[in-house]
Amino acid sequence: MIFFVLKRLAQSVLVMAIVSAVSFSLFNFVGDPVNNMVGQDATREQRIEIRQQLGLDDPILTQYARFLGNALQGDFGLSYRIKRPVDELILERLPATLELVFVSAIIALVVGITLGIYTGIRRSAWTSRIILSVSLVGVSLPTFIIGIALIYVFAVHLRWLPSSGRSGTMEFGWWKTSLLTIDGWRAIILPAITLSLFQLTLILRLVRAEMLEVMQTDFIKFARARGLSERAINFRHALRNTLVPVITIIGLNIGGLIAFSVITETVFQWPGTGLMFIQAVDFVDVPIMAAYLVFVALLFVLINLVVDILYFVVDPRIRLGN
Amino acid sequence: MSLQENRPTTRWQRVRDNDIVWSFIHSPGAVFAAAITLFAILACVFAPLIAPFDPFDPAQISLWDGKLPPAWIEGGQPQYLLGTDNQGRDMLSTILYGGRLSIMVGAAAVCLGMVLGVTLGVISGYVGGVTDAIIMRIADVQLTIPGILLAILINGIGRAFLPLELRQEFAVYVVILAIGLTDWPQFARVTRGATLVEANKEYVQAARIIGLPGWLIMLRHILPNTLRPVLVIATIGLALAIIAEATLSFLGQGIPPTTPSLGTLIRVGNDYLFSGLWWITLFPAIALVVLVFAVNLLGDWMRDALNPKLR
Repeated sequence: MIFFVLKRLAQSVLVMAIVSAVSFSLFNFVGDPVNNMVGQDATREQRIEIRQQLGLDDPILTQYARFLGNALQGDFGLSYRIKRPVDELILERLPATLELVFVSAIIALVVGITLGIYTGIRRSAWTSRIILSVSLVGVSLPTFIIGIALIYVFAVHLRWLPSSGRSGTMEFGWWKTSLLTIDGWRAIILPAITLSLFQLTLILRLVRAEMLEVMQTDFIKFARARGLSERAINFRHALRNTLVPVITIIGLNIGGLIAFSVITETVFQWPGTGLMFIQAVDFVDVPIMAAYLVFVALLFVLINLVVDILYFVVDPRIRLGN
Repeated sequence: MSLQENRPTTRWQRVRDNDIVWSFIHSPGAVFAAAITLFAILACVFAPLIAPFDPFDPAQISLWDGKLPPAWIEGGQPQYLLGTDNQGRDMLSTILYGGRLSIMVGAAAVCLGMVLGVTLGVISGYVGGVTDAIIMRIADVQLTIPGILLAILINGIGRAFLPLELRQEFAVYVVILAIGLTDWPQFARVTRGATLVEANKEYVQAARIIGLPGWLIMLRHILPNTLRPVLVIATIGLALAIIAEATLSFLGQGIPPTTPSLGTLIRVGNDYLFSGLWWITLFPAIALVVLVFAVNLLGDWMRDALNPKLR
């Protein structure tokens, strides 16, 4: 167990080292950092002074070590465009993204698993067939088109919900939440559904496939032969054995949600980290790009690590395999 | 019976008796998907011939005809079947040209990813050792970051490298590069797996014994036998690449509005959605979804048909 965790931990550190090297090289290869700090019309002396201040004349490894040291303390420098510390900007916008991802994850998991179980048990019912066909369409629908469609129907046509932005926020220290007011919920519901749909279809299909597979196994046949009720077989015996892969999906699910929040946040002008990233790319704001890259990679590595360890705990076969 | 069996088969008969062809003809979904895909590709490739207008010819565009609804709605004009956009361009023609660009970018990006991934995959599987470890580790690291984020990032870096006046002109190539560089690990993984299996078979050992050089064995002996799974990934990859291009363009990071792709058209139309000009967004969106859906369906069938275990 300890060996397994250590091995995975070493891999994670390696991934982070590579990602941080990439994000460090962004500073040096994309644009001229001195130009970005002082503008085009600075004098030669000013430039040299800034070069020395930033330590750009040091050997590349020294610079990388310094970048790593700063990054470990959460310091990614000042944004070129807004001239404020990047870590501050990210922290400010993080609650919006995390709340959006959280609500979407709940929708995707609850609806996805429920429909997955239903279509897995009632395999040939016409309702199952309709759900499955719709889910295939769902996989082909790009996220931004779902968003536009929802905005058109519910915001432009019916005028039930707001089309963009985040409202009804309440502050708790540095965390601004919009989950405590009706206005906040009205604003979050469309983006959350948009973000969750793709993951929902994936979860639905996976749970269904797992259910079908488990239903074929001998222990289910034996449970039938013992004369157990359908209800007991479905939920006590079958469902439980489909839950191991579901752990993986929850991990992948959260990762995917964070990735696609970039698109959803742009469609709905949701003031989260994804929208900030897109704007940073637009203006080649390297510190924000670099920090976001490291931040997302860190989240993914952590999620993968937790999922792998959970796997190890839940499934005895993996423990024996090692 | 024996007479018939000994008769030399024509090429057509062999095609007809092929198990994959048989499976194709007997699954209506696949035939349907292939028909739509083929129709879409043909319509887009021959766009200059069938489109009623040339959206890039300023002489054929008049702002007076801007924002006209589709022909069947009051106020629409018969020559503009699907209406016109904000600049007075015929929607049907713009969609055909836009789809053309979307398919071309998607196909080029998948080809780039495939060539890169298959090459690295075969080398990784055949050579093994440190080379294998390095290539696969890079693929692993890349797979930890979701594709669309990586594409946005590579695309942003690519654009930052170009001087301002060249950005529009080279935007298409930057997008192709960004998507291609994002999807190679899938190809590399599958090809490496297939190569590991093939490399231990007798024919490869025989080739090695008669002293063929490594690159020739990889190219002529192993590569052709790894192509079946690659084909499946390439088809599904095409759908994903078209979506990725549309997403990038929609986010304003991809193809500029001067030479619109489907994603750019949807982005432009989205600005007019609130003023009730729904057709500028809806028709390109339908075109995109139908195209992606058909390609996905084809990929789904292909995965089942090429995998003997599922039959």
